[in-house]
Amino acid sequence: MTEKQAIAHVLHVLEHYLPSQAPLKDFIHHNTLHAFQDLPFHQGLQAAQELFGYQTYAPLSFYRERYREGQISEPILDRVLGQKAQSGFKNDLINRTFDETTIPIVGSLRSNWKVQLGFDLDTRVHPILFRLVSSYLDQGISIWKFPIDGGDFLSAIRVLEQEGFSSLFNGKRARQLLLNPTLTLQDLLQILTGNQIYTEAYLLDQQFAHPGYSGMVLQVEKNPQALIQPRPISLEQLMFLECLLEIDALDQHFNQRWKTLHDFELATYTFDKHQLTTNEIFGIKAIWQEAYEWTFYDQVLAGLQYKAPFSDGQYQAQGIFCIDDRECSLRRHIEALHPSFATFGTPGHFNIEAYFQPEGASQRTKICPAPVKPTHLILEKSIGTKRNAELHFSAQTYGLVFGWILTHTYGFWSALKLALAIFKPSINKMTVASTQHMHKASQLSVWSEGQMTPDGLQIGFTIDEMTKIVSSLLKSIGLTSNFAPLVYMVAHGSSSSNNTHYAGYDCGACSGRPGSVNARAFAYMANHPTVRQQLRILGFDIAAHTQFVPVLHDTCRDEFSFYDLDQVPVSLIDQLAADRSFFKKALEANAVERSRRFITIGAQKSKAALHQQVKLRSVSLFEPRPELNHATNALCIVGRRSFSRDLFLDRRAFLNSYDFSQDPEGLSLEGILNAVAPVCGGINLEYYFSRVDNHQLGAGTKLPHNVMGLLGVANGIDGDLRTGLPSQMIEVHDPYRLLVVVEQVPQVVSAAIQRNPSTYEWFNREWIRLVAFDPAEKAFFVWQNGGFSPYEVQQLGLPKVSDILTSLAGSSANFPVVELQNQAS
Amino acid sequence: MSTISFIHAYIGLPLFAFFASLLLKKRQESALSILSYSTAGLQLGLVLIYGFFWLKGGSNPTQFKELSVYSSENYEFFIDFLVDKLTLVFAFLGASLSFLITIYSRYYLHREEGYKRFFNTILFFNLGYTLIIFSGNMETLFIGWEILGVSSFLLIAFYRERLLPVKNALKVFSVYRIGDIGIILAMWLLHHLWHANVTFTEMNANVSMNHHLSNATGIGLLIAFLFYVSAAAKSAQLPFSSWLPRAMEGPTPSSAIFYGSMSVHIGAFLMLRTMHFWEQQVVFKIFLIAAGLLTALIASAISRVQSSIKSQIAYASIAQIGLIFVEIAFGWDNLALMHILGNAFLRTYQLLISPSIVSHKIREQLYQNSSPLELKDSYWQQTIRRLYILNLKEWNLDLLLYRSIWNPLKRIGRGWKILNFQYVFWVMAVVLIVGIVLRLNEAQFSAQLLHQLPFFFAFWGFLIAVKAFTERDSVRKSLTLIMFNHVSISLALSFNEHFDNAHHAWYLSGIVLSWAIGYLLLTRMRKTEWISLDNFYGHIYEYPKTGFVFLMVCLGLSGFPITPSFVGEDLIFSHIHLSQVGLAFFTAFSLVINGLATMRIYARVFLGPHIKTYHQIAKRSS
Repeated sequence: MTEKQAIAHVLHVLEHYLPSQAPLKDFIHHNTLHAFQDLPFHQGLQAAQELFGYQTYAPLSFYRERYREGQISEPILDRVLGQKAQSGFKNDLINRTFDETTIPIVGSLRSNWKVQLGFDLDTRVHPILFRLVSSYLDQGISIWKFPIDGGDFLSAIRVLEQEGFSSLFNGKRARQLLLNPTLTLQDLLQILTGNQIYTEAYLLDQQFAHPGYSGMVLQVEKNPQALIQPRPISLEQLMFLECLLEIDALDQHFNQRWKTLHDFELATYTFDKHQLTTNEIFGIKAIWQEAYEWTFYDQVLAGLQYKAPFSDGQYQAQGIFCIDDRECSLRRHIEALHPSFATFGTPGHFNIEAYFQPEGASQRTKICPAPVKPTHLILEKSIGTKRNAELHFSAQTYGLVFGWILTHTYGFWSALKLALAIFKPSINKMTVASTQHMHKASQLSVWSEGQMTPDGLQIGFTIDEMTKIVSSLLKSIGLTSNFAPLVYMVAHGSSSSNNTHYAGYDCGACSGRPGSVNARAFAYMANHPTVRQQLRILGFDIAAHTQFVPVLHDTCRDEFSFYDLDQVPVSLIDQLAADRSFFKKALEANAVERSRRFITIGAQKSKAALHQQVKLRSVSLFEPRPELNHATNALCIVGRRSFSRDLFLDRRAFLNSYDFSQDPEGLSLEGILNAVAPVCGGINLEYYFSRVDNHQLGAGTKLPHNVMGLLGVANGIDGDLRTGLPSQMIEVHDPYRLLVVVEQVPQVVSAAIQRNPSTYEWFNREWIRLVAFDPAEKAFFVWQNGGFSPYEVQQLGLPKVSDILTSLAGSSANFPVVELQNQAS
Repeated sequence: MSTISFIHAYIGLPLFAFFASLLLKKRQESALSILSYSTAGLQLGLVLIYGFFWLKGGSNPTQFKELSVYSSENYEFFIDFLVDKLTLVFAFLGASLSFLITIYSRYYLHREEGYKRFFNTILFFNLGYTLIIFSGNMETLFIGWEILGVSSFLLIAFYRERLLPVKNALKVFSVYRIGDIGIILAMWLLHHLWHANVTFTEMNANVSMNHHLSNATGIGLLIAFLFYVSAAAKSAQLPFSSWLPRAMEGPTPSSAIFYGSMSVHIGAFLMLRTMHFWEQQVVFKIFLIAAGLLTALIASAISRVQSSIKSQIAYASIAQIGLIFVEIAFGWDNLALMHILGNAFLRTYQLLISPSIVSHKIREQLYQNSSPLELKDSYWQQTIRRLYILNLKEWNLDLLLYRSIWNPLKRIGRGWKILNFQYVFWVMAVVLIVGIVLRLNEAQFSAQLLHQLPFFFAFWGFLIAVKAFTERDSVRKSLTLIMFNHVSISLALSFNEHFDNAHHAWYLSGIVLSWAIGYLLLTRMRKTEWISLDNFYGHIYEYPKTGFVFLMVCLGLSGFPITPSFVGEDLIFSHIHLSQVGLAFFTAFSLVINGLATMRIYARVFLGPHIKTYHQIAKRSS
């Protein structure tokens, strides 16, 4: 391999293994260890831990403690152990002390060099490197912008170096190297390493010493439109600059005389994720993890087993909700309070694949799942609203003269605002409200008049496109007949204040935006008379008076915003009003259920007061947990509502409606699972890894975070960008893999997952666990070792609870699965 | 309300609350936070009520001697308090912000590991701040000054399992210690000028001023500059500015209140407190104006290129404090006080809402197509462009401190490697015996030699301190060298004047005791753990209690006001003659380096990423 090939190879490796987290404005959940996904789950975890030193499992003490407390059941553990259950191995598992020390391979080469040199290169180079990259990429914090001349990162640096009063470097050599246009990365590596056998390991070590910035540069390189203000940069350029800074630091520290890796004759390594050690700790932890997961899964399956499906009759109202786990409890409360309300679940972009451009905005935002490349655009047309800037963020406060005046005057206003923010939190300019996404009174260009944007996007959808969107969504959730007069399209978004990760709180299926535009667009389509006609031809029996009503659920405040109510026919106004009062009660109950997790609220209050406290969290500057988001997610149930309706799943489940009887070929199922795997699987594994290693795979505590260039957060001013989820989001999460339970014949499920290789990988490599429930035989089949095999439920029956809110009151711990009684059905 | 009972209540509150908070349990979040915010709330109430009557009653300053800690015929160490306009404005500032921020933190820090530590440290900080602003003499002020330094160290290193907070805590602590030289030497000079420990009222009174300074204007100027060094270090003025953004490592509210407001304006407080002392010194006033303006210009330029929100706010604040220094130089104390209040409130609020800048600016950009500023056109813009790298590198201020102070020290310390651990005792024993023999047979030596001896032993002590500070291997050796440094200083001064041996006892008692405990702890730990000074070991993960005791040991060893050694230090200084500038300098410098060396030991052994990797470990760069 030549040096050039070696560098290309490293770039290829880095592309896979560096964190792929987008800038803050677009937060998208994904499997943190996606690069290991072609390996079976446990092997992937071992490889990641051995290569990078991540903690990929919980510590042994975590499992043992749960075992002692009965949260890992003995029979399940025995079953996971199989034949080993009777041997001394089980005793080792429970009692023996193991060395859990991790010594990563990546980083070892340069760390040996560091010891030999007696010089910590990274602490010298990182601060200035980070500052240069973050200043260059900065999207609007610095007041004097980084001077860019239409070139790329390195050319901007070169111009600064040439024109500046002072040099970037301490010595002459690095400056000359930078200004030499023919110089390549290979040349710099030759100076540093002295031998090309080190190239791969050296660059891996170097870049993984700061995965945050390397990952961000790579994201911007691969996806330049992720930034509002374009910043051409590449990972290779970053490496180039870093090598230069390293040469300069070494020259300065050792007065030009220092030894390369070759001079020390250091041993290098090859990067290979297939080469695993035989360290027994991984086998032990894999067993514990399986036993931990199956103890929980078994409870769920026990609950699902004996459900007698009730007949789908005529309902007064129906609601189509997002698959999101945060809607799981709200649907339960609505059903419990409203005897004739049916709920459905489907990914919350509601089949609308488009960009959205608000009135007066210069940018478009994607409102469908991240991997989709939309060809349509929805425009907002509204009366323009003036948006005031907040003076506290303005450049003037940093100036000398104006700052002098402002501190004397405005400074005292700050004190007042601070006092108000603490004693009387209310909506303010720091709040990101779910309703800000789109103006409530605006018109949306949903119907296409054939217009195209200059860059080739179609504005709106044609009748045929609309029909297809509506019909395929309704078919996939099994809602093809028995339409109620009112069908609510319930999208969701979230409100929070002082929250850098706000985008991670909105709808994942809408690329981290609230789903309000999607709900309105879908309702528009489904209400459109011509679309209705076509739907009727396709066999959807929708009564002429049936009205689709778009709604936005604020998952933090537990509030509904209704849209386009002027479209609702007069005959349905009364029913709408009645439904709204049901919703109000259900939202209150949902807020009360959620409030048990927020210990600072205190339980001894009326329901209305608790709801008010929950709402306050969205506007409080001092609240690092406005809501708990997807924490505790562990399940995805794909089936009719009757399949899981009477179970209390403690907001753990993604619920996707699906009627096996209407989909014998598994075509709809294929579509559902193609979305479930990356969206729900991505959320679940990001939570899993942020939970088990919050320091390296998560973002650590958010309390000291500092915003860098509007792109990401870092600790202090010299730290690397932090990826993954902050500790406040994952602390109550249980590290379970996602269990997908599908109500369908195993053969159909098996065929459905195998039609798409990337979906198949998630299930087949067991990064997501899959169970099929054969509706005819009433038996479970679990996917393992490449096929379905029968699963026997261990637990017999579930505890029954009649009033769940009373049972939950005062407890903040994760609650077991129970069967709910006296539910209206 | 009488002034005395006001002061007692105002200082007693944080004192009591701090010790009470130590007794609470880790998970008693509510009790900890209620204790903290009611302390600040009561202080706020007190200062408002007292302030009202004080204004009505004619706004007269009150000074009184609280407690005489030690006195002999020509020396007295006493705690003294002073309440005037300056005190009350700073008390209002501190109490109102502490009150708001502690309530804020009550929720913000919920479930955070270290919740208790946070509120302990905040109360400790409050105590230090209160002592400073109420102090009536340099000694009392210095106690508060030291508490502020240590609590800042603990707050910056709050996330002690990560490398950067710990490194930056050490960095900030070093700058603070350098600033301390100013106060220590100023105290020494003032003592000689007045032949007693002087109060601020006496110092600032014009009459006594002229009397004492009529023959010594050079010394007056020197003292003024020493004040500036201390004030500049604490208020992040040139050349010390680069520490302030690096102090933003703790939870955002603590950064907001301490480095946005209370701590960073303490330098301005010192200049205001000593204003009447130097207001006749035209040279100094010109210097102060120039330094303030230069800081304002440079910090404001640096602030404009920052791509991180907290460093941007930090430099903007430094720039305004530069202007505050100018206002003080002109004698506009009321304007300066207004400016201090406004700047403190503004920066605190800006830091608190700093996470919101993401959503705010992104939304703003979505609706206004702001094009990046082209930096080409005018001459002004070309200048900005030429200065860009210099601004990004913060005018190399960090490097400057490194090159002018730390690198020379390292060279001195590592230049002589012969001092192995086994030899330390022998070498010291020889030096001590020689010293004592010399001391006992003084009569037989020439006056010339005797005059040189104190300097010789002080310099030897200084070398030992540097050696301790730069030691990279043995922890116990470094600890022992620190103890010997104090012994050498004590020995040096015994040649200087024949004073009461009780002075040595005061001085060395706390030092030797602390050393012995520390030595035992380390010896015990060495049996099971690998400890050395070549890296950060993070042993606090497994040894939280040992770590706490060792921190106390370090404080004792560095003459922190928890042992009698603190008084001893001051006593010892009173025996250095006005003509022995070299002796005074090396003694002061030794003490400073000693303090650094002890905190360095604590940080390296107990803080930073844990050396054992069986659990989640933060990346070094995180």
